[in-house]
Amino acid sequence: MLIEEDYITEEGDFVVNIGPQHPATHGVLHLKVWLDGETIKHIEPHIGYIHRSIEKMSESLSYRQFIYVTSRMDYLSAHINNQACALTVEKAMQIEVPQRAKVIRVLMAELNRLTSHMLWWGCTGLDLGAVSPFFFAFREREIINELMEDTCGARLTMNYMVPGGVMADLHPDFQRKVKEVIAQFKVNIHEYDQLLSDNVIFQERVKGVGYLSKEDAISFGCSGPTARGSGISCDIRKLYPYDGYENLKFDEIIEQGGDCWARYKVRIAEMHQSMSIIDQLIDNIPEGDFQAKTKAVLKLPKGEFYQRVETARGELGVFIVSEGGTTPYRIKYRSPNFSNLSALPTMAKGCKIGDLVAIMSTIDLVIPDVDR
Amino acid sequence: MSREELKQRLSEICPSVTFDETGEFLMAFFTPDVFLTQMKELRCATDLNFDYLFCMTAIDWKDNFTAVYHLSSTPFRHALVVKVKLTDKENPVLDSVAGIWKGANFLEREVYDLMGIRFNGHPDLRRLILEDDWIGHPLRKDYADENMIEL
Amino acid sequence: MTLLYSLSGLSYHIQSWLTRLLGNTMAVLVSEMVIVGLCLIGFLVLLSFTLGYMERRVAAFMQLRLGPNRVGPKGTLQIIADTIKLLFKEGLTPTNADKFMFNLAPYIMIITTMLVTAPLAFARNFQIWDLNIGVFYVSAVSSISVIGILMAGWSSNNKYSLLGAMRSGAQIVSYELSIGLSLISIVILTGSLRISDIVMSQQNGWWIFKGHLPALIAFVIFIVASTAEINRAPFDLAEAEQELTAGFHTEYAGMKFAMFLLSEYVNLFIVSALAATLFLGGWMPFHIGSWSGFNHVMDFIPSSLWFMGKTFFVIFIIMWFRWTFPRLRVDQLLNLEWKYLLPISMLNVLLMTLVALLGWHG
Repeated sequence: MLIEEDYITEEGDFVVNIGPQHPATHGVLHLKVWLDGETIKHIEPHIGYIHRSIEKMSESLSYRQFIYVTSRMDYLSAHINNQACALTVEKAMQIEVPQRAKVIRVLMAELNRLTSHMLWWGCTGLDLGAVSPFFFAFREREIINELMEDTCGARLTMNYMVPGGVMADLHPDFQRKVKEVIAQFKVNIHEYDQLLSDNVIFQERVKGVGYLSKEDAISFGCSGPTARGSGISCDIRKLYPYDGYENLKFDEIIEQGGDCWARYKVRIAEMHQSMSIIDQLIDNIPEGDFQAKTKAVLKLPKGEFYQRVETARGELGVFIVSEGGTTPYRIKYRSPNFSNLSALPTMAKGCKIGDLVAIMSTIDLVIPDVDR
Repeated sequence: MSREELKQRLSEICPSVTFDETGEFLMAFFTPDVFLTQMKELRCATDLNFDYLFCMTAIDWKDNFTAVYHLSSTPFRHALVVKVKLTDKENPVLDSVAGIWKGANFLEREVYDLMGIRFNGHPDLRRLILEDDWIGHPLRKDYADENMIEL
Repeated sequence: MTLLYSLSGLSYHIQSWLTRLLGNTMAVLVSEMVIVGLCLIGFLVLLSFTLGYMERRVAAFMQLRLGPNRVGPKGTLQIIADTIKLLFKEGLTPTNADKFMFNLAPYIMIITTMLVTAPLAFARNFQIWDLNIGVFYVSAVSSISVIGILMAGWSSNNKYSLLGAMRSGAQIVSYELSIGLSLISIVILTGSLRISDIVMSQQNGWWIFKGHLPALIAFVIFIVASTAEINRAPFDLAEAEQELTAGFHTEYAGMKFAMFLLSEYVNLFIVSALAATLFLGGWMPFHIGSWSGFNHVMDFIPSSLWFMGKTFFVIFIIMWFRWTFPRLRVDQLLNLEWKYLLPISMLNVLLMTLVALLGWHG
């Protein structure tokens, strides 16, 4: 029940709590919104409804175990989270990862990015009131998820990457199925344009909405498509390549618009880039081990290690402080959504409620990643 | 800017700075008293231009709290880790950089919430993740409550 | 055979039987009040079942899905199962709601929609009330439903409901104008507001063909504006799920919610029926000039089928909108009406007057 003073503030603002249970927040995000009619005057995000103290928990988990917790942070790009952790441990222990494992990792990460962007596209349509895109987005996503299940044994929280490589070898059918689904998706992605991108109502809804200037995006520490939509070059795969991204041909997508439309275009173009990366690798998976020989108990040397990767939503940083033991002394995850969310009040100021939904869907928040 | 140049330049800004080069990034130890002006210098100096605060956290060591700022510069692509040791374990206080990097607003609230470092001059220093009436700061090493399970 | 082909025969037989049995006054009372009322309620419930099922199948068709296919043959009983579920749900009233208004609102909605069905011509000579201001009556009574929506939104004591109701108020009041103007453009051609006259005037061709370009424009405007009028996507701002959870009916549950649903579907039927009557000839069969053979075959199809077929065609189009388009924002919605639809329909009325004056509509 709301108390009387909650209704209208002294300045005559109408205060609405959007969330923690709300169809548009994609999870348990709580936004306190001060409205003037339909116009947003001020937003205050309240987070922590799904805080599971992953950082504290990881302090008592070994370097093999803590990776599994990270699948639950950004569950839509679980592979990439695991990859970040594995890379940090490998960097600290100077483990040489076999070439085959690297290629498998990149393939999986890009497939994961595709599924994440597909879901994002469906949800963007859904948030803006077009329900059908959601189902169209799930066609290939389902196939890729099944393909993940073949190899990793799980559809969403795969836990496939381990320090030194990957957990198991690829399923024999993997290459054939990936080629099939990519060939299918290359045809079907045009439907994405037909259904949403070329729709006048959709363009009206996203063009010029939720403007984030380049300066603000840098200042807020935004990353991923959110920052690239504002014209910042921040693709970790290009700037600080890992796992052999330096040998691949792909473009960093940068749009100068800074509005929802720019962020939308960045993500759509990234799907094409991901497909091109998969095309380059799928026929060239080298033979060899899928995992380097590592000790049963991993011990990191004393020191601080930072590794960043590009998830579907931006830059994920894993910061490990080691005392030389079998568990980390302190772990910090620099999550992309956390920083992107902190820019939301700036973006949404002066917009309508409908725009807020559009903004939230184009920065593609995953709340468990914000709360950790 | 190369690492040596960066060290040179930092020594000009802060004569008392000490370096640690064991990690991937250059680590500079600042002192809390003139911390804010030095951070402003890092952000505003045209040749440094550390405009991107991409990670901020704090570590609870036995005898101090260390605030860690990962900075990089989008035009120059050089990176720097700034560390500040806060020896007061009971009531750690540090100047807020929320006025320099907007993203620090949330990051500092998170650090305050989980590590208990107070930030002077922060516009809105409240708990971010935990409930407002939570007692204690969970990421501290001496934190304990009745629901914790020993693994 | 006559019974099969014309519902008017059936209604006439019942009427005469009642008059013989009860005398004139009582017959009118019984037949008009009780039988017609019960038939109408039954028909509307059946109709909303059909539309509910149709909506799901159409949605599934648009979305690469199967839709309901487990309960009953081809899933037809799914909607009955849902109704039973809604019936058994608790009719919750929030503690802080204005209880009288909260409970009254769904009834206002449903009464309005039932009233509007009165002048619709379902088949040849089959009409509940053929009053001389039929079109005007429909447009006047249907705007009462905004009161129901505002009442529901205000009395729920919920911010989402209030926002939804306010949006809906602005929306319905604005789009009423375009609907009115596009109705008027047909009335200009027929010279009568009586529904039966309008249908009869289309004996030698439907208005959408006979009325030249202005009729086509009026038809498009009517479809767009009436989609907005009945709060359906892409104009469903009043209940925008992703913005206002469920808008004005956020707090309603059980049968009271079902009544909103029912009135939504009946409204959908009414606007489609109106479009079919005014532009597509109502129950009038499709005739082509002098092809008497073809025309004779067309006459063989019962008039009620013609009417329902046309209505469901329009319903399908409106459903098609819903599953294709994203939702408009509230300012864009009002811009569309005041800056585009209203000026265009005003101009269109002028054009239509020209057509009527020159006698091109033959």
